[in-house]
Amino acid sequence: MLKVYVMKRKLIEDAVLVKNYINGDESALSMLIMRHKQKIYSFIYSKVYDRDITEDVFQDTFIKVIRTLKRGKYNEEGKFLPWVMRIAHNLVIDHFRRNKRMPKFDNSGEFSIFSVLSDSSLNAEKTLIKDQVESDVRRIIEELPEDQKKVLMMRMYQDMSFKEISERTGVSINTALGRMRYALINLRKVIEQHNIVLTN
Amino acid sequence: MAKIYSDYTLKKIQLNPKKETVYFLLNYSKALRVNYYKSLEFVTLLN
Repeated sequence: MLKVYVMKRKLIEDAVLVKNYINGDESALSMLIMRHKQKIYSFIYSKVYDRDITEDVFQDTFIKVIRTLKRGKYNEEGKFLPWVMRIAHNLVIDHFRRNKRMPKFDNSGEFSIFSVLSDSSLNAEKTLIKDQVESDVRRIIEELPEDQKKVLMMRMYQDMSFKEISERTGVSINTALGRMRYALINLRKVIEQHNIVLTN
Repeated sequence: MAKIYSDYTLKKIQLNPKKETVYFLLNYSKALRVNYYKSLEFVTLLN
């Protein structure tokens, strides 16, 4: 009961600070940052594991917070921290998306053209791993109940729509969807139970 | 077993941003102005 009261009191305080900040009290922002900086910063670091990137994402998060508050677009009264966390979370996702698209340069040593160019064709090792993964997947699929296996094969290997699958198997679209869902659940279960690694 | 779990919870990452970052944000906030003219919104940074 006490915990709830304290929590409620703290939330109200956040809301008051936000309100004061919107009304022009700059020190309210300072208090909000001081109060939540550790939680937000640690959250970002737990995702990106890099101090510099964490610093950037933390800064971008609060720039977004400041701009939103000053523009009067904030409407989540009493939920300041979850709101900021969500912004931070989205920016972390943006960071990873950006990173995936952009080639990385290694500045630690001499320049190597191979750090920029990549061979899109698979090398011998990667081909072997890919074959192994595909054969493992096929073996696991064989273990599925017949109805689920049929739907999964048609969807994944024959690229059929659920409408086509339902017509071919004589069941409703919902049943086909359900079978696909259970097939995936069962596949995941088998993979987890046997610690099968399906990455290349 | 309970001890292992409690040890694990103690290892939560607790880090803080640099002072410079916080100062930057506070100064950014002071410099940011939002003005409205009719239905237009102007966001400006005043140094």
